[in-house]
Amino acid sequence: MNLNKNITILIFFLTLYLLSADVAHAMHISEGILPFNWALLWFVVAAPFLAMGLRRLNVLAREDLSFKPLVGLMAAVVFIISCMPVPVPTAGTCSHPCGAGIAAILVGPLVSVVISAVALLIQALFLAHGGLTTLGANIVSMGVIGSFSGWIVFRLLRTGGASLAVAGFIAGLMADWATYLATSIELASGIRGGAPFFPLFVKIVIAFVPTQLPLGILEGAMTAGMVLLLHKRRPDLLVRMGIVKTDEVSIHA
Amino acid sequence: MLEHQRKWKVLALQALLFIPFLFGIFYFTLAPRQWQGVDEAVVERIAREHGHEARKPLFDPGEGDLLLFAFLCAGAIGGFAAGYSWRMLVSERRLDNKHHCLKG
Repeated sequence: MNLNKNITILIFFLTLYLLSADVAHAMHISEGILPFNWALLWFVVAAPFLAMGLRRLNVLAREDLSFKPLVGLMAAVVFIISCMPVPVPTAGTCSHPCGAGIAAILVGPLVSVVISAVALLIQALFLAHGGLTTLGANIVSMGVIGSFSGWIVFRLLRTGGASLAVAGFIAGLMADWATYLATSIELASGIRGGAPFFPLFVKIVIAFVPTQLPLGILEGAMTAGMVLLLHKRRPDLLVRMGIVKTDEVSIHA
Repeated sequence: MLEHQRKWKVLALQALLFIPFLFGIFYFTLAPRQWQGVDEAVVERIAREHGHEARKPLFDPGEGDLLLFAFLCAGAIGGFAAGYSWRMLVSERRLDNKHHCLKG
């Protein structure tokens, strides 16, 4: 009952925050920044992951009906938090968490790629957030790299005996930082022209650090919170997704 | 602790949390201060230094508050979808439990 109340309060505050909307400023690579050949390359890289993700989504949805609302929830969560500008007072700038880590942990990295792609497409089309020509690059950084890094870190930590909270936190953190690292690689390789790659890459990473360092921690906390919340409310889903073992689920849950 | 005392304690705690939250809302969103996004501060600035300018988006919202309104709508629709999916997940669990109880 208390949990319900707390969730209601949390949703109320979140709604207040969202209703005081501000245009999102973010890490998505803007329209037209990447040269055509680089933009095309990232589309080609993203395509097989998208295809495998769609296939996996179909298989899982056929096997288990309760998978659909979980995917719906994750899609909404990724969409909202990846266009929610969070000001970082220490840097004087704002950016956003990605959400790919949470989605990858809960629905798998391939489905998370699809979710990220849909969120990025809607944002590029209607919210001037990211670009259509740079969509492939943004899918690779946020969808592919973010999802897989979060998922791999989570699985490794869980195999090593870490608790759900710790594994979720570090996975969310790493997913966020990996996304920005990938964005830096895409940007540096695309815009460098004749300049050497590495100094430009380091310059971009250093420029991202003051904003993304604290945001990564925020994303870690959000990921851990979401995993714990689902563990409390729907442990059976986590068991079915192979996130926790049956013997880890308490009887009351 | 008595139930009504506990309720008052929870209420007082929430009231206490509400004040810094309102301050946070004002400070970060309503206060007249420019928070430059990392797309402008990092991505577009460095790209410009290397001769790559960002182009206007396909559907250009132009000047004014149209983009803000689009974000507001997106937030509301996304929030509704998240809440609806969460409700489905939780109510499904309740139905599962009832089903098991009836079976048992």
